[in-house]
Amino acid sequence: MAIVKDMIPAFDLVQPASIGDALEILADNGEEAWVLAGGLDSFDWFKDRVKRPSIVVDLGGISDLSGISDAGPGGIEIGSMTSLTEVVNHPRVQSEYPLLAEAAEHVATPQIRNQGTLGGNVAQDTRCWYYRSGWPCYRAGGNTCYAGAPEAMNREHAIMGRSRCVAVNPSDTAPALIALDAKMIVEDTGGPNTFDAEDFFIGPSIDIERMTVMKRDNLLTRIYIPPFWANASHYYEKVRDRGSWDFSLVSVAAAFQMSGSTIEDARIAVNGVAPYPVRLDAVESLVRGTSGDEATQDAAGDLAVEGAVALKYNDYKIPMMRNLVRRAVRSVA
Amino acid sequence: MGEVESVGLLEQKHSRRTFIKGVVAAGATVASANYMLNGTSVLGAAAVQSQTERMITLNVNGQQRRVDVLPNETLAMTLRYKLNLTGTKLGCDRAECGACTLLIDGVNQYGCSILTHSVRGREVTTVEGLEDPDTGELSLVQQAVMDEGGFQCAFCAPGFIMSMTALIEQNPNPTRAEAAHALSGNLCRCADYDKILNCAMRAGELAQNA
Repeated sequence: MAIVKDMIPAFDLVQPASIGDALEILADNGEEAWVLAGGLDSFDWFKDRVKRPSIVVDLGGISDLSGISDAGPGGIEIGSMTSLTEVVNHPRVQSEYPLLAEAAEHVATPQIRNQGTLGGNVAQDTRCWYYRSGWPCYRAGGNTCYAGAPEAMNREHAIMGRSRCVAVNPSDTAPALIALDAKMIVEDTGGPNTFDAEDFFIGPSIDIERMTVMKRDNLLTRIYIPPFWANASHYYEKVRDRGSWDFSLVSVAAAFQMSGSTIEDARIAVNGVAPYPVRLDAVESLVRGTSGDEATQDAAGDLAVEGAVALKYNDYKIPMMRNLVRRAVRSVA
Repeated sequence: MGEVESVGLLEQKHSRRTFIKGVVAAGATVASANYMLNGTSVLGAAAVQSQTERMITLNVNGQQRRVDVLPNETLAMTLRYKLNLTGTKLGCDRAECGACTLLIDGVNQYGCSILTHSVRGREVTTVEGLEDPDTGELSLVQQAVMDEGGFQCAFCAPGFIMSMTALIEQNPNPTRAEAAHALSGNLCRCADYDKILNCAMRAGELAQNA
């Protein structure tokens, strides 16, 4: 329960006007600096006094980070500071990549989509409330996981991909970007690096204190969506407790290349089940070359949850994930 | 934020930056008067300290308001406690209730979750700014709320009215479902949603007849 406390603790605010300036500020200030995009993740941390950076770098004035443009080799390029509303309403996103438009439309509320950015949505931290409340867990640099303890309240936590930490990735757009084979362009003062969306998100076995490959002096500047999955058949579904605001309990995003009634190719990703959005490679292989008939749907659902293990209060997520994957395949049958 | 961002602010930033660069090239130090951080490559990391000028001018409800704003101050705080515009309510202070909803360049956002320094050069509209400043005539949405009596305790009303104003501006003839979707970022603890949607539909009618 959020408690209203007077003011956010003091920090110095810097508002660079270019990507280069922002990167240099981050490089010079290391752990002291905090990157502020839309702010919907950041301000909760600040107000709760759990994170207290001394320098906040506001990206809002960098026009190069904003907007959606046609990319050279086809496809589109989305600046990381583009608002989710702009993503939802963009004509090319709507016509060619409706999967992304749908996913972005499912984020939180209109006001949050008006201010929240695509880059912030994928780079946001987990919402595990033990971690968010400032408990000294593994992810916070401590030596235990409170959410995985026998008496813990863990209805929203992970059923797979756990490694000490059992938190889940909260992003709605992340599985859609993985299904569309998006490329994330991450820059530091040494220049840009490009990551496949599925590799951009990392689990606790790689680094328990980060959700993505990005280090403190990195910026996600652009997201490139290649033309291959444009106009693909798609399926998106997010299950949550309320029709707005809430993060997903489980969400699925899928893209299918069809040849007649046969699935030529597929990419399927699920979020809300692991500390990172999970790409279902095995399920994709299973459905390729089929018509997505009922037997395939069932097999796909069963295969998706193979190896899933529930915590005390989240066993419902296993059939939920199985059913969402079934429905995704059924959508093209 | 693309279309949300006003051209004016960006131009202001760029011209300011060019100006600062020019000064630095001439060998002067300018750290005391910076609006924008001018790149630590030029001034060094020490120059990061206290870069934000606190006396700023905000465009609120069509007026230019000079106000002393801390770097860590949210817009809702500035409006309520510095400018005495208490129509913008603070409910949760966590972007979870919608009571602080206001318009920034016509787009509804949560005033509790944006820094005041992020809206320099942009048009801020609060519930106080909806009526005609000369005649006091209510806006369409305000009139619709009066007509339908849509709220019980009405603590959430200013936030709902701002979201409704943004809705009617974009879609003057919404369906009930569209209105519900557009207002899904505002909570009413009296659970008066049905009557609030009546207000939105009434505002649509008034907009059609306007």
